[in-house]
Amino acid sequence: MKSAVIVFPGSNCDRDMACALELVTGARPAMVWHRDSELPYGLDLIVVPGGFSYGDYLRSGAMAALSPVMRAVKEAADHGVALLGVCNGFQVLAEARLLPGALMRNAGIRFVCRDVALRVENSQSAFTARYEAGEEIVLPVAHHDGNYQADTETLDRLEGEGRVVFRYASEVNGSARGIAGILNEAGNVLGMMPHPERAVEAAHGLADGRRLFEGLLEAVGQPA
Amino acid sequence: MRPAGLAAIGAAMKVRVHVTLKKGVLDPQGKAIHHALEGLGFAGVNGVRAGKLIELDVAGGTSDAELEEMCKRLLANIVIENYRVERVEEAA
Repeated sequence: MKSAVIVFPGSNCDRDMACALELVTGARPAMVWHRDSELPYGLDLIVVPGGFSYGDYLRSGAMAALSPVMRAVKEAADHGVALLGVCNGFQVLAEARLLPGALMRNAGIRFVCRDVALRVENSQSAFTARYEAGEEIVLPVAHHDGNYQADTETLDRLEGEGRVVFRYASEVNGSARGIAGILNEAGNVLGMMPHPERAVEAAHGLADGRRLFEGLLEAVGQPA
Repeated sequence: MRPAGLAAIGAAMKVRVHVTLKKGVLDPQGKAIHHALEGLGFAGVNGVRAGKLIELDVAGGTSDAELEEMCKRLLANIVIENYRVERVEEAA
């Protein structure tokens, strides 16, 4: 599987993501700097990692959404390449309008850094094919702005179309309807606040994130 | 009379963009400020909403439409925020 991880000034989960991808897929991802206006040819997966791109200036993800590389990322996503945004990556994809809604300051104001239980609501996507629908998994979260908000109409549409793929099993950050991860309309873009890359092997203490990458691997025809 | 183009280049202008959360959007920061004010003993504060003030120094000829574009595409996230553009007269 050919993958790329986008690196912004202030990204800090890019190397964790690269390690996870290499561990699970067997291939090292290309690390693409935010100023690059082109992506490597023939990508199966692009990941926008967590961190504090551009110091979270103005709004989390707002500056990164306008960086040169994002034009190429948008174009690739439009052509069906799988695109995963984790944590700050989710904020970037929302700011870039690749996903609906916005991620606001946590309702409890505090930064939340702990393992949380999630329900897999949709196991039909390439990202979640290796999970069971309704299954409860545990992944770490570490964010200040993870409070997902959108208007009622948008929320209803997301629910109706099965685009809410991960939901917090209990209250974490005030997100509307407990939303932890959503898909775009075409189903090839996933944004999620929890960190699957921090839960891929026994040494992490948690390994529920591993199957997300295995599912993607399977989707491109490589058995995990 | 001076050509309009020269006037536009000559006169810089200050613009204030007020970014506020839309009605109904929960504002945790405003809530925290509210609690802090109560902690200081200020009774009678019924609510607090926090926003942003962005000051722009722009060329005199900058149009309303351009300022709108700036707000929509970057300065405000129109999913959750409203904005108001205020042109400020520059003191000579």
